[in-house]
Order: sequence, then structure tokens, then C-alpha cells
Amino acid sequence: MLFPSWAFLLFLAVLVPVYYLVPKRIQWIVLLLANAVFVCFAGFLGAVFMAVTIVTVYAASRAIDALFVRQRETIAAMKATHTKEERKAARLRFEKKRRLVLIVCLILNFGILFALKYGAMLGRLSAGLFGGKPFGQDLALTMGISFYTFSTVGYLLDVYRESVPAEKNPLKLALFTSFFPLLVQGPITRWETVGKTLTEPHAFDGRRFLSASLRIAWGYWKKLIVADRLLVAVKALCARPGVYRGDFIFVEMLLYAACLYADFTGGIDITIGVGEMLGVSIEENFLRPYFSKSISEYWRRWHITLGEWFKRYVYYPLSVSKPMRALSKGTRRLGVGVSRRVPVYLATLLVWALTGAWHGSNLTFLVWGLLNGVVILLSEELKPLYARFHARFPRLTESAFYRGFTVIRTVLLLSSLRILDCYGTVRDAFSSFFSMFTTWNWGAVFRGGIQSLGLSYFDYAVAFSGVLVMFALSLVQRKGAIRKRILKRGTVCSVCVLLVLIGTILIFGRYGFGFDASQFIYNRF
Amino acid sequence: MEKLLDILRELHPETDFETETRLVDGGILASFDVVMLITRIEEEFGVVIPAKEIVPKNFNSAAALFALITRIGEQDD
Repeated sequence: MLFPSWAFLLFLAVLVPVYYLVPKRIQWIVLLLANAVFVCFAGFLGAVFMAVTIVTVYAASRAIDALFVRQRETIAAMKATHTKEERKAARLRFEKKRRLVLIVCLILNFGILFALKYGAMLGRLSAGLFGGKPFGQDLALTMGISFYTFSTVGYLLDVYRESVPAEKNPLKLALFTSFFPLLVQGPITRWETVGKTLTEPHAFDGRRFLSASLRIAWGYWKKLIVADRLLVAVKALCARPGVYRGDFIFVEMLLYAACLYADFTGGIDITIGVGEMLGVSIEENFLRPYFSKSISEYWRRWHITLGEWFKRYVYYPLSVSKPMRALSKGTRRLGVGVSRRVPVYLATLLVWALTGAWHGSNLTFLVWGLLNGVVILLSEELKPLYARFHARFPRLTESAFYRGFTVIRTVLLLSSLRILDCYGTVRDAFSSFFSMFTTWNWGAVFRGGIQSLGLSYFDYAVAFSGVLVMFALSLVQRKGAIRKRILKRGTVCSVCVLLVLIGTILIFGRYGFGFDASQFIYNRF
Repeated sequence: MEKLLDILRELHPETDFETETRLVDGGILASFDVVMLITRIEEEFGVVIPAKEIVPKNFNSAAALFALITRIGEQDD
């Protein structure tokens, strides 16, 4: 069920009244049933995989919790009769058992994700090497599996770390795993924040409903007016790497940057708005990312929940792990600077390789991830140089001009890296990128070139105006939440804004007969 | 505590670590700095900070970090 579909709007129109009309204690059951409908609508196989995740994570979390309880009881009983070393040995035995349960569950859940993401690619690789018919060509990601696997496994890891107690009711864990707005394109949520509020009773609040409607409408506005329009041109440019070169690639970079922003943030706006409508707070996934002054800062502001997940469950554990510390000590003879950098460098590169792999099985994603890691490490190493530059030219570096320069530099850098996302092979991506410096064809771009991409000048004008509106609102948002300010002006004003948003979507949006509503770009990850 | 402040100043000489209470939440210490810091703490204090303790509230101020080091040190004993 696509967000931009009548079926979804109907689904919401039925769910919201029912949700608030039933007794509050069974609200979460209604939500669970709605999730089941949404998941089954997306396909039977997806429902099966999700059920496997729920059952295995529930069983593993309960087993880990039980092992903690037994450990405490055993150690307490041993206190008077056993030595400290014996108690430590007993604790280690329990730790070993917990780790085993965790590893089995991780292998199973990530195994499913891996098989669906990489099965087809491995099949082709195997056929290429050994001949025969490639296996696994029907394997494809099921609805939301990349997102709910990470969220639910995150919960299990938190139980393993004793950060949260294991949930006793399997249906509540099922509700967290299957919460329908999160299945389209995340964000990756935490049990501690979203999981708990899902099962709490929620009373209807007219002001919250209006606020949520504004957020949802704004999400659709970005998706249907800007993203779906620009996506047509981006797809046309990416489809013919041998034809569109030189300055077309620069145009492609900018169009894709705007398109991806409108698409992903638009989808998350709808997700968070739907959550808000049901009284559930969902984590923000963006903080005006295109205003970042460096790539590291950008990654703290774009797809925040994925970055946080990797940081919390991979980067830090890996950096402080025994093998990493041993490696760090082992390299001390190469100098203190090298040995201290070993954990940071290896963990950073591994996390970025995994981030690339999370996005897809294509080699382009892996290269994209690693290049991001390299750029981040390079900027860290250049920090002393930047500091000297700032100290030498304080007036320049504190000026609005310089801040603007760093923002534009970051957008261009991240857009250059994203070219890898647009093509099927690394070779095409690099060849297209470098053609910007070897082929000068602005004339062709503006002599009907951009009109050959499936959009009319009217489309470009609408999309460009949409981008300007998004940019202006982001500037205003720096001084505080815009919705709060609109709502402060009263219900009439808020309803008027909502009607303007809906009206402009109806006039300028790409939808209806003859138009193929597209899924969100991040849904394919 | 003075030893810890010296380590922190090595990373960010411009920051007043005695008063700052939003080192992670305020974006002063990035994940890169946190790992460097943990490596330095192990070198200087002989204390290994486990992954589950790497949360903002333990790294937001020098005082919180020192309390963490002390707590883990006592557990090790």
C-alpha cells in the first residue's frame, strides 16, 4: 500500500475513528490488527518473514532476561559459600549462554535480510563462475524488512545490555515490529521511545490531529509536487550514462539532491504525522541536512536513526572490543598516533562499508559507503589545518559568506558521492562524474536538453518553485518549529494553511489516472 | 580529574571542560572523539569502558565521565 494512494488514505480514514472510538485499553489491539492488514496487503511472504523476526526476537529476549535472573540468584546464593573467582567463573558461564542466544538470533534475522538483499546477486555471481541457471532471481526485499529488522534487533541488543527489560507480552513486541507507518521507509526506531508509547492509551486531541494533518499534508506536498516530478528527469539521466554526460551530470547531481530530499523527508513527514495522529511519537530522522558545513555534520542530520543505530550497536562496540584493543596495542611500535587511530579508522570504514551494504547489493553502494568513510576520516585529519586557517583569518571564517561557502561545498561533495547511487556500475558512475570536467556542453543542456528528460518547462518551473519553498521554510524553521507557530495563530489559520497545502497538491501534484504513483526511493533499501 | 581534563583538552583545546555539560548533545564530542577518548582513558587510567556505557549522559561532562571511570575502576577491583 503506497502512501500516495487512495487505498492508504481510506485505510487511515477508517483506522483513526475506530482507534479513538474503541475503549482505550484495546486501542493497541486495534493498531495491531491494522498493522496485520497493512502487512498482509503488502504480501504473504513479507508477513511470514516478519512473524519469524517477532517470534525469534521475543524468544531470545525472554531467554536472555531469564539468564540474567538466574545469574543474579546463583551469584547471590554463592556469596557465602564460594570464592570471588568462582563467582566470576559462574558469571562468565551465564554471559556465554546469553551471547550464544544473541548470536543465534542475530544470524537468523540478519540471514533473512542478507538472503533477500544479496540472494539474486549471489545467484548471478555463482552462475557466472560455475555456469548453470542463476538461483534466487525471485528474491526481493519484503515491505519494510530493512527497517523493522534493525529496530527489533536493536531492542534485543538493548535487552542483552540490560538497558531495557524484556517485554513479556509477545503481541506488544509484534505491535512494535509491525507498526505500519514505519514499514514504508523507516525511521529505525527504539523500543525505549516508540515501543512504549504504542501500547499506552491515547485520547483524541483536536489540536494534535490538526498538527498531524499539517505534517502529513506537507509530506505529500514534497513528494507529489517536487520529488515525483524530479524523479522523472533523474531516471532519464541515469538510464543513459553514455548519452548524458558533461554538464548534464551536474544538472543530475542537483536534481537528485532535491529529489531525494523531497522524497525521503516527505515520506518521513507522513510517517511522523500518521504516528502523531495516533498519539505515537516517532523519532525525527532529519535536521535540515543540507545546511551542514561538513560531511560528518551532514551524516548527523540526514537519516539520523540509521547513523545512530550503527553508532550504538556496531561502531562503539567494535571500537572497544578486545580484538580492536589488542590490535591498537600491537601497532604501538608504529607510533602512538597510529595505534590510537587504529580503532577509529577500522571501525569507521567497517561501519561505512556496512552502511553501503545496507543500501543495496550493488557494488556501487559499497564504494559509496567507503568513500563517505574516507572523506570523514580525511576531514578529521585536516582539522588542525582548518583550525590554523580559522585562527589566521578569523573575520573571514566567521562571516556569513564563508558559512555559505562551506554549506555549498558540503552539498556538492555529498552530491558527487551520490552519483554512485544513480548508476548500475561503478565504472558508469565514475565515467559520468569525470565527464563533468572533460565535456563542456551547457549549450546542449539549455538547447532543449533538459526538455528531453520527460519534463516540460512548466514541470521544471513547478519543481523549482517547490524547492524554493522548501528552502525558505527550512530557513524559517531554524528559529523554531513552523507548525507550532501556525497552530498558535488559531484553528482557522491552521485549517487555511492545510487547505492551501491540499489545494496546491491537487493543482500541481503528480497523481491520478495516467500517472504511475511511485514508491519512496528509500523503500527499495 | 586533572588527568582527564588534560586528555580532553588534547582533543579540543578551545573547550572549557570544567563547565561544559553538553559535550555530546552539543556536538563538541563526535563519535570519532569519543573513541579516541576511550583509547586514551585506557592508556592513562587502565580502565576499559564497555560499549553499553557509551551513552551521551556518561560523556556530556568531564564530571560525568570521571564518575564513570571511577565506577568502572571500582567494579574491576
